[in-house]
Amino acid sequence: MLGPVLETLIGGLLTGVLYALVALGFVLIFKASGVFNFAQGAMVLFAALSVARLSEMMPLVVAVALSVVIMIVLAYAIEFLVLRRLVNQEGIILFMATLGIAYFLEGFGETVWGSNIYKINLGIPKEPMFFFESVFPGGLLIDREEVAAAVGCAVLVAALAIFFQVTRVGRALRAVADDHQAAQSVGIPLNTIWLIVWAVSGIVAIAAGMVWGSKLGVQFSISLVALKALPVLILGGLTSIPGAIVGGLIIGAGEKLAEVLLGPLLVRWFDLAGGGIENWFAYMLALVFLLFRPQGLFGERIIERI
Amino acid sequence: MPAAADTDRNTGEAAVTPPPAGVTDSTVPAPILRVNNIEVVYSHVILVLKGVSLSVPKGGIVALLGANGAGKTTTLKAISNLLHAERGEVTKGSILFEGEEVHSRSPSDLVTRGCIQVMEGRRCFAHLTVEENLLTGAFTRKDGKAAVAADLDLVYSYFPRIKERRKALAGYTSGGEQQMTAVGRALMSRPKMILLDEPSMGLAPQIVEEIFEIVKNLNGKEGVSFLLAEQNTNMALKYASYGYILENGRVVMDGEAKSLRENEDVKEFYLGVAEGKRKSFRDVKHYKRRKRWLA
Repeated sequence: MLGPVLETLIGGLLTGVLYALVALGFVLIFKASGVFNFAQGAMVLFAALSVARLSEMMPLVVAVALSVVIMIVLAYAIEFLVLRRLVNQEGIILFMATLGIAYFLEGFGETVWGSNIYKINLGIPKEPMFFFESVFPGGLLIDREEVAAAVGCAVLVAALAIFFQVTRVGRALRAVADDHQAAQSVGIPLNTIWLIVWAVSGIVAIAAGMVWGSKLGVQFSISLVALKALPVLILGGLTSIPGAIVGGLIIGAGEKLAEVLLGPLLVRWFDLAGGGIENWFAYMLALVFLLFRPQGLFGERIIERI
Repeated sequence: MPAAADTDRNTGEAAVTPPPAGVTDSTVPAPILRVNNIEVVYSHVILVLKGVSLSVPKGGIVALLGANGAGKTTTLKAISNLLHAERGEVTKGSILFEGEEVHSRSPSDLVTRGCIQVMEGRRCFAHLTVEENLLTGAFTRKDGKAAVAADLDLVYSYFPRIKERRKALAGYTSGGEQQMTAVGRALMSRPKMILLDEPSMGLAPQIVEEIFEIVKNLNGKEGVSFLLAEQNTNMALKYASYGYILENGRVVMDGEAKSLRENEDVKEFYLGVAEGKRKSFRDVKHYKRRKRWLA
């Protein structure tokens, strides 16, 4: 019994890493500009498409580098054409704008890169690895790609954390997140800061898109990953980078475990079919959090002097 | 185009003194800031400033006085070019900082050139530590880490109180500490001029005095010019050398701080001091009429 559960747990955690990557993109933009970027999923799709199609023509490393350039150009276009025009509008208006960006990007991605299912080959062998064969019968089966993704994600997150906490620009990003106008008054240029966060979250989208793309193939459904990131955000808190990571892990592991452990129980007790728990578990968990801890596990508590 | 400097006050206020020399000594320094007859409109329709002119001499402290809604904050934001964010616009007149029009410059550009605003209500970054708050003020500087670190020490020498709290989140510090952090943050940009908006707001009189003393010190030792928007007329006129009184978006009176302090109308309307015995309604009416005429 323990072997399969452990295997599920590890598999779930590794999937959680992917959720975390998508959630991270949301958090970055929300922190710096207070915009809930609904287009994050579309950005992941667009990034994955560009990596997939470019890697058909050139080595993967070059394709990724070029995609980084593309995402930065995209960030610039979004900042210049949309955000700059909507400075100081209501949050809901900015949200609607990102909704528009999301649908535009989905379509535009197809226009530029095509609408088939494409492959990204990370060059990691597909055969899973087996661990602890002496402890458990048959050992633990672990997907190499997921391990690689987890390591990549860890590096990315560490780099971002350092960037935010230590550097001058990182500090300015946090200042803008706290109070736009005050940041502007001390000479921090908002447009530049927004450009930077959109570019960074575009780069995070590349990472997420590559991992998802190599797992599932690059196709439209990747943009729906964004919807899985929502419970992660609620769990972890919209403003917390560690929250996005831990939230992603909890959701990833939780839904897989629920499928394996809760499913059979529901079948036995209530005579239900027992499937599909993976689909709703995350959202139920998010709902519970909304009721009892709306700022999430790590969200910044609202500091208010009375 | 704005009218020439000497004929720009077309608002008919009582005081028709030429632009102030500000400091009391005989040499007349060139103004670091000149505001010529500006008009500010919010959302294209709400006329908030109806021709405000003022000037701040280099190294001076000038007070901008007036009641709520008189236009003090708007004037400061027009100068630091922060109006756009609130859909405000300078529709007439000109603002010259060191002889250059500010209109076409971005707020961060102005900070680089030495004009920075400390906004009303302190506006510290609540989730950053006090020290990080101070460091954000140095964002526009390009003169290296060592210089910034030296200025950090300088700020701490002016505000020893916040040195003790340097690692605390600014959101959890007291109002006085936040005001000091806000002024210190502005100081980190090595400004030539600070636009200080309502530093006394919500603070105990003792703390207010402490902050004004520091302002005076900064002015004397660092040569920073101040334009000080205040409702606390008494305190402001004690530290400023020159004052302007705004009412309904117009300058209704200006003069040396000392003469304003002794002016009967100012005493009556802003300092809450009335001469002699209790007045009858007739007198009150008289003052009201006079006030309207002034405006």
